[in-house]
Amino acid sequence: MGRWILIGILTLGIAGVGFWGYQEHQEKNAVLIQAENNYQRAFHELSYHMDLMHDKIGTALAMNSREQLSPQMVEIWRLTSEATSNVGQLPLTLMPFNKTEEFLSNIGEFTYRTAVRDLQENPLNDKEVKTLQNLYEQSGDLKDELRNVQHTVLDENLRWMDVQLALATQDEQADNTIVDGFKTVEKKVEGFAESNVDSALTGTSAEEHEYRNLNGEKINKEKATKRGQELLQVKNTDNLTVTDSGKGADVPVYSISYQNGNKHGYLDLTKQGGHPLTLLVNREVQEQKISLNEGLEKAKGYLKQYDFEDMDVFTSNQFDNIGVYSFLYNQNGVRIYSDAIELKVALDNGDLLGMTARNYFMNHKERDIPEPELSIEEAKEKVNPDVQINEEYMAVIDNDVGDEVLVYEFLGVLDNETYRIFINAMDGTEEKVEKLDGTEINFASVSQGRA
Amino acid sequence: MTYKKMILFIIIFLIAIGLQTTHSAKPAFAFTEQVIQQGAAGEDVIELQARLQYLGYYNGDIDGVFGWGTYWALRNFQYEFGMEIDGLAGAETKEKLASASEYDRNFVMSQINQGTEFTHYGGVDQSKQSESKPDNNKNTANNNTTNDNANAAEPTAVNVPQGYSQNDIQLMANAVNGEARGEQYVGMVAVAAVILNRVESPSFPNSVSGVIFEPRAFTAVADGQIWLTPGETSKEAVLDAINGWDPSGNAIYYFNPNTATSDWIWSRPQIKKIGKHIFAK
Repeated sequence: MGRWILIGILTLGIAGVGFWGYQEHQEKNAVLIQAENNYQRAFHELSYHMDLMHDKIGTALAMNSREQLSPQMVEIWRLTSEATSNVGQLPLTLMPFNKTEEFLSNIGEFTYRTAVRDLQENPLNDKEVKTLQNLYEQSGDLKDELRNVQHTVLDENLRWMDVQLALATQDEQADNTIVDGFKTVEKKVEGFAESNVDSALTGTSAEEHEYRNLNGEKINKEKATKRGQELLQVKNTDNLTVTDSGKGADVPVYSISYQNGNKHGYLDLTKQGGHPLTLLVNREVQEQKISLNEGLEKAKGYLKQYDFEDMDVFTSNQFDNIGVYSFLYNQNGVRIYSDAIELKVALDNGDLLGMTARNYFMNHKERDIPEPELSIEEAKEKVNPDVQINEEYMAVIDNDVGDEVLVYEFLGVLDNETYRIFINAMDGTEEKVEKLDGTEINFASVSQGRA
Repeated sequence: MTYKKMILFIIIFLIAIGLQTTHSAKPAFAFTEQVIQQGAAGEDVIELQARLQYLGYYNGDIDGVFGWGTYWALRNFQYEFGMEIDGLAGAETKEKLASASEYDRNFVMSQINQGTEFTHYGGVDQSKQSESKPDNNKNTANNNTTNDNANAAEPTAVNVPQGYSQNDIQLMANAVNGEARGEQYVGMVAVAAVILNRVESPSFPNSVSGVIFEPRAFTAVADGQIWLTPGETSKEAVLDAINGWDPSGNAIYYFNPNTATSDWIWSRPQIKKIGKHIFAK
């Protein structure tokens, strides 16, 4: 009797476990299919968008009327952005596919620039038409390759989950058709990059260029250690570690770090001239003793101490007990946006917690600032009349295309929102309009208050 | 006898005068000594906003963070009262402001603590300035805490870097925590900077979430470690990176040389090593 009961219970148990296992299996499959479908959608959309883009570039070439060309360029630009987003959703990151993404981004950049330009006044020049022709051919090649991979995927029922696995375990990678297909695509695009060198396609590295403002002698390790000691305010050099940067660095630096209990400091000094690019000190910051305003005075003091001259405060913000300040270089009353330095000051004792001067050393120079051709009154007329202008400055900013331009800068209010508006001081173009916020409801405290 | 009385009288008289003068010299405000400037946060800012609103210069929320709205309100006030217009609440400004306006601290603090929407305009009945909550239960439940905190309130807003929300910061902090937990602080800032460099780079998605959730981009996302609760340090590191610090030297890749499975990653030009991670172009 007892035995039968036991057998009964065990049978039930096994049946239960079996059922549970089956359900788990079903659920896992459902999730896998979901993920697979997401990959498939991104992939098929990518091929579709590339195809469409190729067509659009083709029609753009054939177009004669300038009125139609601008919308067409916008359309191509939109497609590049869609295609980039599709690539971003595929599990390709650890596979060299970035040349293709860069190619897409370059097309986007080129079409955007032509789309926003007044093509009536400033039609495509020969070089640009040539570029467009090149792009047409290249996107055609790319499209064909992708369509080819797509065909294989559909024909052989290939799954992206397998790509995922193949990329994770290196050994099988050689066999995976999708991976191979994408490698071929990437190879093709690598070739494009060379043939595009001379065209109107520029890279998007508008803000990234070599460091322009590194004067002074090369320094050696000892000197770097000494300078690091001063900047990090450490007493003995024993705790300091100094390392060289590798060959991938934009500019050769010494990285100096130290650890002292909970306090930890890090500093990048350029080998050329020993200038501080990045400084970070991390420690517990105690209760606030000095105000944001006093912190600003401290920050100004540090700038002076490290020989940065004519720096004007641009923004100041308090994050918990730390004051973060940014400064802009001021050349005869004109603020230069690209020559910026940020500082972090502890509001418990006023110590310097951080400084970053990468932008400053990359861009800073004495500029030839031309006389503005528009008067400030004329510039104001270019601003939306509903905006009430409260403050005005002269400034040099990087515009959309990455050129430095002289502008009038207006701070104004429209419907309780504050805007920063840049008007080109030479031709009156509205270069940029930014809505300034910088504060947000503290969602954490709100939900606490309601709990 | 009378001599002693005289002295006593004089002393009392002096004390009385002393009391009087100290009383009248002390303006009726709770401001601390600090010069309040844009970007500041805290109780002084709450009082500043409440007083500016009392006079009708400030129409925004009294949230304790000195943003643009407060800045323009303060400048208008300084303009109307014939002071130097600098947008800083210094000693003179605070005094003028205090004598021109009233500040019902208890009302403001309790409103903030209850989380109700309220205003602090002069000459308007207080009951009309607060949208009282419909469910009374909640209010009575809150009463205890309200009384406890009636003498202090935290700002209800926070400073965020231009163009970012607290949620973006939180998401990045999660990623940084998952990827660089146990690294030194600078290593965390560097990882956060790589995420931002990728957003800027043409070869990666153009948003923070796109970069973080790009399939196979970060191991912490793949194995779910991104959903561990990040510490305050990760958040601070993210803020630093957003504010412009980049100890990675403009890297867009990093890897742990002990666990990296891909040969390709070794072919990237290396910039530097911070902690366990090698940062590369």
